[in-house]
Amino acid sequence: MAFLTENAQKHLANRHRKSRLFALLCAIVTWSSVFLLGVLLVRITLDGIGWLNWNFLTSFPSRFPAQAGIKSALAGTLWLIVMIAFISIPVGVSAALYLEEFSKRGRLATLIEVNIANLSGVPSIVYGILGLAIFVRFFGLERSLISGALTMSLLIVPVIIIASREAIKTVPMSIRYAALSLGATRWQTTWSHVLPSAFPGIMTGVILALSRAIGETAPLILIGAASYVAFLPKGPMDSFTALPIQIYGWASRPQAEFSELAAAGILVLLAVLLLMNATAIFIRNKTEKRLK
Amino acid sequence: MALAELVDATTEKKQTTEAVLELQEVSVLYSGKPAVKKVSCTIWRNRITAIIGPSGCGKSTLLRSLNRMNDFVDGVTIEGQILFAGQNLYGEAVDPVEVRRRIGMVFQKPNPFPKSIYNNISWGPSINGYSGSMDELVERSLQQAALWEEVKDRLQDSALNLSGGQQQRLCIARALAMEPQVLLMDEPCSALDPISTAHIEDLMFELQSRYTMVIVTHNMQQAARVSDYTAFMEMGNLIEFGETDQIFTRPEKKRTEEYVTGRFG
Repeated sequence: MAFLTENAQKHLANRHRKSRLFALLCAIVTWSSVFLLGVLLVRITLDGIGWLNWNFLTSFPSRFPAQAGIKSALAGTLWLIVMIAFISIPVGVSAALYLEEFSKRGRLATLIEVNIANLSGVPSIVYGILGLAIFVRFFGLERSLISGALTMSLLIVPVIIIASREAIKTVPMSIRYAALSLGATRWQTTWSHVLPSAFPGIMTGVILALSRAIGETAPLILIGAASYVAFLPKGPMDSFTALPIQIYGWASRPQAEFSELAAAGILVLLAVLLLMNATAIFIRNKTEKRLK
Repeated sequence: MALAELVDATTEKKQTTEAVLELQEVSVLYSGKPAVKKVSCTIWRNRITAIIGPSGCGKSTLLRSLNRMNDFVDGVTIEGQILFAGQNLYGEAVDPVEVRRRIGMVFQKPNPFPKSIYNNISWGPSINGYSGSMDELVERSLQQAALWEEVKDRLQDSALNLSGGQQQRLCIARALAMEPQVLLMDEPCSALDPISTAHIEDLMFELQSRYTMVIVTHNMQQAARVSDYTAFMEMGNLIEFGETDQIFTRPEKKRTEEYVTGRFG
């Protein structure tokens, strides 16, 4: 490197060193969190795998660990996912579309925006109290699936709105102008062009939000989901339990067998989550490819 | 002078036709600040009108006010009248959606929809309730835009796989499929290479017999080559409007002469 003076060479070497150091630091931080997650997974798998069998999945809870299963909790969680999706996706995406495509910029829009940002940061237990007061008591929906789904939807709608707005913002204005210049209305433009282009991004937000909802425990406890349910819910008005509640119930018992059952329950919950995310990512990638 | 020869070669038909758009003291203001000031001129049927002028002179703003695309800009107000078939485009009873259906637009950067070539063309007519044979309309539009031969075997391919010049011709075909009375073009060649530019210019000659076109360009040679009428704008004012050969060879205003001879801008 003859074309650099000695000083400049030293300086450059120093800069390279700093760069390498920073990269190393980032790697350490990343891998240590992956490591922790790994330890956690191994621990839970070791504890729970012994209990994980067909019987566990198809039995109702019992006070005898050997006969206990998560049939009702699994069913409750699946019911919840579907209901939450049907409630929160239309509401969240519509709100995002309204704010991005239709509302006039102004004080009211700003007020709504600030509120949504705040709502997404409210602790979930507060939504539980709200759900208890409004859905369970005021609307008289009792401790039912619908109360749970509505409460959970309240919790995740702000997240869906924020993620959807970001996705909608990335759709270039030129696409909108192209549609509008052909004599399309705002709605036709939004439905045929903005929404399909933003769809992959919206899906990502929805996946994250739904995953959060099915892992939440606090709001469900508050609105009174039972931890011992020996039947399957037949409709949205039935009482229910859900995986996190069941896990929580087992984990708080003193016997070692129950804490192992809790671990098995966690494995099931993780499996449901992974399955859900995989499906959503599959759909997203398919639509992404179609757009290209 | 090369420009003058070009002009002579391309402007033989000189009889005036009927007016399609009549601008009467049109001003466009962004949050109260005028970008276009009291412009009056006439756009003639089956003629190509070029709007030229230095950057920021308001030529694109003026063009976008002709099909109400400015409606989507916050804080924009329009003064004066733009008569289209005798009706003020900004009148109470006029639906801007209908205006845009009848006055099409091609933008600076090609902006095809991220869909197939076929669907790019068919979407506009289908939302407007077109009831004829869509296949025929797609073929006819692509032929008019001189793109048919290049894409006829891959109509279901994504439009995004086309080259920039092909994409721009697709955008023209998409606008033509609506059978607009006027086609507005906002610097349609500024993102294209010289060969694609020549394609588009040839195309404009072809389309002239059926369509009225208004083109904004910052390329004076292009204005001289393609247009019948030229409007020269500066700082929001319409300095001079006239037949293209007159503007380029015998401009009445000093500023116009300085601009077309390349002394500024």
